Amino acid sequence: MPGPIQSIERAAAVLRLLASGARRMGVAELARALGLPKPTVHGILRTLQLVGFVEQSPDTGKYQLGAALFHIGSSYLDGNELRTRALNWSDSLASRSMESVRIGTLHENQVLVVHHVFRPDNSRQVLEVGALLPSHASALGKVLLADDPVGLTDDEPLKAYTPATITDLDRLGEALEQVRQRGWASDVEELVEGEVSLAAPIRDRRAVTVGAVGISGPVERLCDEKKQPRTELVSYVREAARSISRELGAIPW
Amino acid sequence: MSTYIAAIDQGTTSSRCIVFDHGGAIVSVAQKEHRQIFPKPGWVEHDAEEIWANVLDVVHGALQKASLTVHDLAAVGITNQRETTLVWDKATGKPVHNAIVWQDTRTDQLVKELGEQNRFREKCGLPLATYFSGPKVRWLLDHVDGLRERGERGEVLFGTMDTWLIWKLTGRHVTDVTNASRTMLMNLETLDWDDELVDAIGVPKAMLPEIRSSAEVYGTATGTLEGVPVASALGDQQAALFGQTCYSPGEGKCTYGTGSFLLVNTGDKPVVSENGLLTTVGYKIGDQPAAYALEGAIAVTGALVQWFRDKMGLISSAPEIETLARSVEDNGGAYFVPAFSGLFAPHWRSDARGIIAGLTGYIDKGHIARAVLEATAWQTREVVDAMNADSGVELVALKVDGGMTANNLLMGFLSDVLDVPVVRPIVAETTCLGAAYAAGLAVGYWSDTETLRANWHKAAEWLPTMDAKTRDKGYRKWKKAVERTVGWIDEDDNDE
Repeated sequence: MPGPIQSIERAAAVLRLLASGARRMGVAELARALGLPKPTVHGILRTLQLVGFVEQSPDTGKYQLGAALFHIGSSYLDGNELRTRALNWSDSLASRSMESVRIGTLHENQVLVVHHVFRPDNSRQVLEVGALLPSHASALGKVLLADDPVGLTDDEPLKAYTPATITDLDRLGEALEQVRQRGWASDVEELVEGEVSLAAPIRDRRAVTVGAVGISGPVERLCDEKKQPRTELVSYVREAARSISRELGAIPW
Repeated sequence: MSTYIAAIDQGTTSSRCIVFDHGGAIVSVAQKEHRQIFPKPGWVEHDAEEIWANVLDVVHGALQKASLTVHDLAAVGITNQRETTLVWDKATGKPVHNAIVWQDTRTDQLVKELGEQNRFREKCGLPLATYFSGPKVRWLLDHVDGLRERGERGEVLFGTMDTWLIWKLTGRHVTDVTNASRTMLMNLETLDWDDELVDAIGVPKAMLPEIRSSAEVYGTATGTLEGVPVASALGDQQAALFGQTCYSPGEGKCTYGTGSFLLVNTGDKPVVSENGLLTTVGYKIGDQPAAYALEGAIAVTGALVQWFRDKMGLISSAPEIETLARSVEDNGGAYFVPAFSGLFAPHWRSDARGIIAGLTGYIDKGHIARAVLEATAWQTREVVDAMNADSGVELVALKVDGGMTANNLLMGFLSDVLDVPVVRPIVAETTCLGAAYAAGLAVGYWSDTETLRANWHKAAEWLPTMDAKTRDKGYRKWKKAVERTVGWIDEDDNDE
């Protein structure tokens, strides 16, 4: 076992200090309090700022804790709680779209299915709660990645499931930007050939994305002749996502 | 063209109105809570005038939310908290007293005086207990000045909440067979008030409503719902049975809420239980023969999870119990029998109190969370065993509804201990749906029960995965734990 990493210890000390004392502190103040040289503290602050854990006031140049840090601490929503709160609305979505519904949360770069409503045709289907889906190749995953402060890293290459799977990190970045702009995501035969999924974000009262809800089914039913997702189905998915968000206390939008 | 059906669910804590379309899908919902009045320990009352005002509010609200008017409604149906009892003045329409709610135990002594528990079971299908309406009316007649004389002259009227709402809406004094079957005053064979029962409990016949079917036009509404046919009434659990489309003998459902109620359709003959279940009317559509049902009532299921949350403080919301329970592999040998106010179906032991059995130093909060959830499944197993014994038919699948069906761990475990598939339908609001279905049938909005069956869709299904040996051992331990709850209360415990 290697010993503790000094720079992480120092970064933690900076965060603790910012959390405890006066809300905003300058570099000199922090350096004095920690007994460290100013350039060292400055380097730490710049890195922390880069990952969103601290923010610098444009007026005074002083530092405070960043929004990303709050999200890490409080955006966790129990998956079982999410399912319970979403039950009525996910049922309605299945009834209206006549397709199966899934709700997912991000779990170690994959999508964990926390709720599943069968396609309402009484055919034999198996409950998929607990299953994991690749985040770059599913609509649920794209919605969750689009709003994730960390996002996908290039540690592992993006796996191709079909010829349509996005495997290039830059192209995925563009796709996620589009998801952020229009407020919903699709996967058109990117995970399974002939299968399409659509999804929209579930947000809590602080507008933090805590999950995604979506439908999936064959391309013939979910898309038009030009292989574009049917607008009616997209609106059902977005309405369900809004209803669940409202249930979680989100301000209606 | 009238294209929707409205259902009014007059429940224990709130009144709701849900508007359904032809496919049985929810169009809009409005809900309003009413006050729970606790004049003394064990007494629970509702203000019937407040409930009526709330019902009008929610009907209005549900129509407004969907931008509908009364002209868009083909009919309105009613489902209600069962057994809650009201007496009102026929001339002025004013209640003579607050409604006495089903949970109210003020008739405890009266019920003891009326005799042995099974005295009336042959005729009305029910054991003597504080829940049922008959003894509650009797209490009012005994305690409100001059009420008995006025009842005998027919100047005051008795009704359960269905009757109160139908009377307010249409001016007709009627009840349906399902609600009447919870009074202890109706004969299950004749489906009419029984002279012997009425005399024994001591209620003047002149104040009783006319007993009608569950699905027929009782009258046309005036006021807010002007011109809309009032076309169904069903007690809440019977409405859920109807909404789950359990129209054939052997089909049943279990609704998981604070308590849980398992009802199984037994066809056109009442089955008198030899295993501690209630015999009740399931529904009656117009002139068709009544469908009877056996009912197993479990007092504490969701209430145990609430207790675990509020009194133990180990979780901050009810769904979190699943997360905590999943932190361990099994119950570690712990069993929780929540006999908080005695054991109900199929044991009926009022001297029992709750226990956690099998405790060792190994047990942590995760195991207790498991035991809490498993208690609901084992209690269901006991009721299902009693059902199978009484009906002679083995349950092949269990249809479930209610809030606890969101708990996957529980539903999976339930399937394991019953060794049958557990199925959740796509509309969780089966109570309102049942009232809407019955009203729709009465006015020809839906042609027959087969059409309604076609609306039923599976939303989730849990299949058994437990091996027989594990299941049998678990059930044996559960039964041993149950044995250890009985006889806890002593004569001098003064359990009031």
